[in-house]
Amino acid sequence: MTVLAISNVRYTYPGRLPISFPDCVLEAGAVAALVGPSGSGKSTLLMLIAGLLKLQTGHIEVAGKAVETGPGAAGDRLRSRSIGMVLQSFQLLPRLTILENLTVAQFLAGRPADHTLALDALEALGIADLAHEIPGRLSRGQVQRASIARAVVNRPDLILADEPTSSLDDAAADGALDLLIGESRKRGAALLIATHDSRVKRHVPTIVALATGKAK
Amino acid sequence: MNLVSLSLAGLRGNRLTHLLNSVLLGLGLGTITLMLLVSGAIGDRLTRDAHGIDLVVGAKGSPLQLVLSTVFQADIPTGNIPLAELDTLLHNPMIDHGAPLALGDAVKGFRIVGTTPDYLDFYGAKLAQGQIWQQPMDAVLGATVAVRLGLNTGDSFVGAHGVAGNGEMHEGSPYHVTGILAPTGSVVDRLVLTPVESVWLVHEHHHRQDPDAGHDVTAVLLHAKTPLAIVTLPFQINSQTNYQAAVPSIEAARLFSTLGFGLATVRAFAGILIVSAGLGMLIALTTRLRERRRELAMLRLLGATPRQLFVMVVIEALLLAGLGAILGLAFGHLAAWAMEALLPAGDAMTVMDLHARASEWLIPALALGVGLIAAIIPAIAAYRTDVAAALAGSHD
Repeated sequence: MTVLAISNVRYTYPGRLPISFPDCVLEAGAVAALVGPSGSGKSTLLMLIAGLLKLQTGHIEVAGKAVETGPGAAGDRLRSRSIGMVLQSFQLLPRLTILENLTVAQFLAGRPADHTLALDALEALGIADLAHEIPGRLSRGQVQRASIARAVVNRPDLILADEPTSSLDDAAADGALDLLIGESRKRGAALLIATHDSRVKRHVPTIVALATGKAK
Repeated sequence: MNLVSLSLAGLRGNRLTHLLNSVLLGLGLGTITLMLLVSGAIGDRLTRDAHGIDLVVGAKGSPLQLVLSTVFQADIPTGNIPLAELDTLLHNPMIDHGAPLALGDAVKGFRIVGTTPDYLDFYGAKLAQGQIWQQPMDAVLGATVAVRLGLNTGDSFVGAHGVAGNGEMHEGSPYHVTGILAPTGSVVDRLVLTPVESVWLVHEHHHRQDPDAGHDVTAVLLHAKTPLAIVTLPFQINSQTNYQAAVPSIEAARLFSTLGFGLATVRAFAGILIVSAGLGMLIALTTRLRERRRELAMLRLLGATPRQLFVMVVIEALLLAGLGAILGLAFGHLAAWAMEALLPAGDAMTVMDLHARASEWLIPALALGVGLIAAIIPAIAAYRTDVAAALAGSHD
């Protein structure tokens, strides 16, 4: 089943040169890395897929549904139900407990807060005992796991990860990627990792290079 | 998890600033609450104490002073009128009934009023124990007086000269308590009632007056037979006699309009406090929102709609405003309680009943209005959160 399909997408920020993105198709369970130097448009493509930037030209489909041409209720619904997000610098909502970080994702997806499901997700990542802690009291690795648990709690079709390994040492980066890839495969979700970290290439079979615009 | 719990979580940052703004709002609303309680109580008291009294006839002077001193027992009398005048007035065909008042003494702040049983009829006062006075120097106590002075039927007490009771004690003329009135919620609760003759006797002893000299009363309270009499009698009395007739309802309205200026000033002060609190709330929410830009962007990433972020900020403001309303009502009632507890026992003010009033619905309404206005700008900013810019800092 095709989870993500990108074709003929171009995006132009005001006063800048247009960025062209390579066509790309990801099947369920597939793992791909979106690589390129700073300014190549990695985060821009993630925002376009998530429906948070207005698609100017081209076509993007997530789980068989076309991403709307701009932010809107349909885009919000698609994002909350079909896409899980893992972010680099701001992993979790700091004033909510780990469990609340997961249940807020359920609430925003229009689902009832299911503590059992949320605790299962935390258990799978070995941090169920930290459910009632706030992120500020967790180690970086624990936050990373909680962030992954939140990304998968709604059983999304696609997980988008933005620079998940930046500022991690080799061992931590390997561990985080193993977790992320392992969890997305276990749940049958496609995973797209936007990164400029060359270490990611060791773990990911498919690389979408923005600098060249070709999938290898 | 829902939008309210998300809003509560949002308020966990800057707790002290939010709390102080709610306290400031509470102070403004507390002032308004106290004003509602006081003005309501004054209105009630003016209505209750003047009930059935169409006219007051007394010595010339300020009509407001005459009404205040005789109907509301809250000022110094304007003087006296001869007893003979009482008969003339009570037998006037336009008058239904009336009661004389002889003032001059007090006991521990509570006025001693010489009168007739007709005075009790104006207020529908009934005896809770004992009996009405039978002879001079018998006294019937208002419910509050009995409780405050700890007197029972059969007890004796002496009065002091002056309506404030701060003059010389009339040691040689003790009063005997024959009865205690049930509470009426009116001025009667704070009076000591006795036959008019008691007042004359006490002052004859005290001033060694000639017992054969003509007696005076302070005023006469009258109930007219027809509304027309209320209009025509004062005109007649004021133009044809050496006394004056005042209409309590007119004087009460005049008093209320005088008080109204004071209340308007307090209202303006409360308004300034409320506007300051609203601005404080606006600034705190806006500043906090700037700090939470990334959190809001995160919520959008998780699927929150712009409308949900808007509502979340509005709920935050309403929660703060709700706290302000609770504090305001608490401050207002606390101040009313302190006022009742601290004012002198027999003081005119303490006759007021500062109980909760239906008009207090205004307090939460006002608080929520302030909260909504303070929320508009930050809520719009939340609605317009630029996710890409907030998360990336710069475009990649």
